[in-house]
Amino acid sequence: MTATKSKPVELEDVVVKFVGDSGDGMQLTGTLFSDAAALAGNDLATFPDFPAEIRAPHNTVAGVSGFQVHLGQRKIYTSGDMCDVLVAMNPASLKANLKWVNQGGTIVVDSSAFEQKAVEKAGYLSNPLEDGTLSGYNVIKVPIAELTREKLAKLEIDKRLAERTKNMFVLGLMFYIFQRDPQKTLDFIEEKFKAKTMVAEANQEAIKAGYDYGESLNGQMPVFKMGPAPMEKGLYRNITGNIATAWGLLAAAERSGRPLFLGSYPITPATEILMELTRHKSLGAKVFQAEDEIAGICSAIGASFAGSMAVTTTSGPGLSLKSEAMGLAVITELPLVIVNVQRAGPSTGMPTKSEQSDLMQALYGRNGECPMIVMAASSAANCFYFAYEAAKLSMEHMTPVILLTDGYLGFGSELFKIPDVNELPPIKPPLADPNDKNFKPYRRDEKTLVRKWAIPGTEGLRHRIGGLEKTNIDGNVSTDPLNHQLMVNIREEKVNRVADYIPLQEIHGEPEGDLLVVGWGGTEGALLSTVKRMQDEEKKISLAHFNYIKPLPKNTREIFSRFKKIIVCELNMGQFVNYLRISLPEYRYYQYNKVQGLPFHIQELMDIFNKHLEEK
Amino acid sequence: MLENKKIELSPVELKKEDFVSDQMVKWCPGCGAHAILAAVSNVFPKIGYRKENFTMVSGIGCSSRFPYYVDTFGFHGIHGRASAIASGVKIANPGLSVWIATGDGDSMAIGGNHFIHILRRNIDVNIMLFNNEIYGLTKGQFSPTTPIGAVTKSSPHGTIEHPFVVAGLVMGAQGTFFARVPDNNVKLMTEVMYEAAKHDGTSVVEILQNCIIFADKTHGDVVSREYRDDRQLILRHGEPMIFGKNKDKGIILTGNHLEVATIGENGIREKDILVHDQFDKDPGIHRMLGRMTPPDFPVAMGVIRSAPYATYDDLTEQQIEMARKTSKIQTVNDLLRSGNTWEI
Repeated sequence: MTATKSKPVELEDVVVKFVGDSGDGMQLTGTLFSDAAALAGNDLATFPDFPAEIRAPHNTVAGVSGFQVHLGQRKIYTSGDMCDVLVAMNPASLKANLKWVNQGGTIVVDSSAFEQKAVEKAGYLSNPLEDGTLSGYNVIKVPIAELTREKLAKLEIDKRLAERTKNMFVLGLMFYIFQRDPQKTLDFIEEKFKAKTMVAEANQEAIKAGYDYGESLNGQMPVFKMGPAPMEKGLYRNITGNIATAWGLLAAAERSGRPLFLGSYPITPATEILMELTRHKSLGAKVFQAEDEIAGICSAIGASFAGSMAVTTTSGPGLSLKSEAMGLAVITELPLVIVNVQRAGPSTGMPTKSEQSDLMQALYGRNGECPMIVMAASSAANCFYFAYEAAKLSMEHMTPVILLTDGYLGFGSELFKIPDVNELPPIKPPLADPNDKNFKPYRRDEKTLVRKWAIPGTEGLRHRIGGLEKTNIDGNVSTDPLNHQLMVNIREEKVNRVADYIPLQEIHGEPEGDLLVVGWGGTEGALLSTVKRMQDEEKKISLAHFNYIKPLPKNTREIFSRFKKIIVCELNMGQFVNYLRISLPEYRYYQYNKVQGLPFHIQELMDIFNKHLEEK
Repeated sequence: MLENKKIELSPVELKKEDFVSDQMVKWCPGCGAHAILAAVSNVFPKIGYRKENFTMVSGIGCSSRFPYYVDTFGFHGIHGRASAIASGVKIANPGLSVWIATGDGDSMAIGGNHFIHILRRNIDVNIMLFNNEIYGLTKGQFSPTTPIGAVTKSSPHGTIEHPFVVAGLVMGAQGTFFARVPDNNVKLMTEVMYEAAKHDGTSVVEILQNCIIFADKTHGDVVSREYRDDRQLILRHGEPMIFGKNKDKGIILTGNHLEVATIGENGIREKDILVHDQFDKDPGIHRMLGRMTPPDFPVAMGVIRSAPYATYDDLTEQQIEMARKTSKIQTVNDLLRSGNTWEI
């Protein structure tokens, strides 16, 4: 029997979401599906969506785990808003995710999971597969669990293993629908379960069974086609923002010749950076899991004094606890990278949900006049470069730096073109030479105002620094009024002069027009997708997306002056816009803000921008 | 000189004067801290490390001005955090001899958490704990070691809090080294600090320090000339625990308890007196010695405990060395290219 295929539907891009119970293996399924897409040359971005609870009750909405991937034969900037294809392994996951499926979208369900009890447990009054709930969608009902059991019966494996491989059946079916060659995945499974041949075989058989099932339906199964995206040649991998941050820091340590020290305390969503760095002792990384957030930063300050490239990583509540010590790093003028993977606040807030609401705290949340460099990464992959840059600026300018990322960047992944570390910009810490007769703790470079880093153990450099105000140059304890004024001015000016060492602000689109969209940090993907789409519609709209916040790039004023209207979009109640109102008060700023623990959606942004373009 | 595989020795002989800084010492006349400074400038040349390898770290309080008065590398931190800062210094560079100057407010109250955790980890730093049982720099409030009932600026009707016994806290937190000295015995203090430097791991030296302004003679019933012989037991490893003006009193173990006995009375002979073993890993006797207080007991002075355990900083270096020998990832470029990658 030859299978007749449906006519393939060609897709420019598609958002696929795998959802199921916590134990259904949706993260692995999504990852393998994404890897196969990447190998086929698609660009992509992913985002996991898992419950805060480790093991919520079986078959409940609270226990739904999901994995979303956006892939395309064009450049992909976000993991997508609404999904085009939803794969739901049980009624609860359908219930939790139906609102995120585009009208007319495709829903693949495991119909064998929709028995009365599970339907009720999900909170449905009747079976949604039968009562018209899904009438606006293209529903593909497949008794996945049942078919998996049947197909694996010949292997004589226990029922639980057969049950656990149903996610691989779905993966096989999705490979058929997307016309992917499953061979690489089969090889991967062979390798992964080398020691457990039975498990490997069960998984491989399930994938093949899913693929064959799609083929056997003689054209009743839809088939999608997607070509490779135009991508720069090179070696690629998939990477999450947290891993990219950790690797950027390791790269900076290697290039600066200063060993990496991380002092950190576990906190969602920043913990992966701590866990990742602790794996790389072969690169000399010293990771100190401290007793609390304060000890995390204080140990890092001690390590910085002792000559290490010091880092502390945290999220909002942890940043609050570190405030006093951040002031200590400012007054001692020691390098320190503080990574804040932002989450929804205040207080404990929503630990697994993303927000950009720590900007004011990063800029001002300390006692005294306490300036430091503030910067933000804006994509999962560029966390690597901004972590590197944060460490470089911190050491070369002898100041703490706050690097803001967020849960969306930290957990999300995208393709990363692997650089040669030796081609990254060099890092040259201003180390004091042994027996330097001119050494004084606060003697400064005239141009940058940067003091020397005099490392304990070095001959002829014994000195004392600390949290008390010191005289400029000599570094003696002082309450002299004019000296304090001088030191406050110098610390501010030193940070402002970093503007001479950072790139100018780039602009996406024409350098002038009707509407300038301004954003910063993790919203770049959504803002850029929206602005590009509107540019295609001939709208005079451009995007200035900021990575450097304090100091601002030197051409910021000039950029703002060329647009009729400026709108600042943030996932907070207006923190960057108010900073701009203080920094560049001559412009009128409109603002669009959202704090729902969700990223911006393209449609909502388009509506807002169109409204602003119409009201001239 | 102290042989230490990690810390480089001075090529030249050092003197007390090598460690005197150019800063004016601003403690009150008669403050016990002056004696501690004297002991430190005695002991650093004796230890014999290069002067650049000494690093002083402190928190906040009268004690914490210490780094300014010693000509070494010094870091004056923030309140309570000296242990955390010093942990970073030592882990980052195990080749430094790291000393913490702290007080009963700094370490027992605001920095209590860091204090117990540095002990548990056994990071090789030396903690000099100036215990004057009062907050001095904020002018006379009670601290976590102030005796219950004491009238202070913040307890006009007497404190209603049970104080910490520093020795008990240290040993409860798995401390491997604890010593106690009165501030008026610089000779003993110098000896004990030498022992602290010798110990691999976190060492705590509790100094019964007088605050002449806000808690004068708080330790008077133990340290004064009048009482010291009968109320101090100066412990020496391998020697019987004998004390008293006439050297006729000693500590014996009766059942599960320590007791004071007089040699020659009730058939007690010198060989019945407990012999001090500071290196015993079992902290049982050390804990009992640490808790002894008048009037029933003398206060134990000298090194009470010095138990050999691996240090955090050594284990850190060992793990790194092992990883460097065995891992395929030797550079960040190796790391970036590890795992699942593909060419486009």
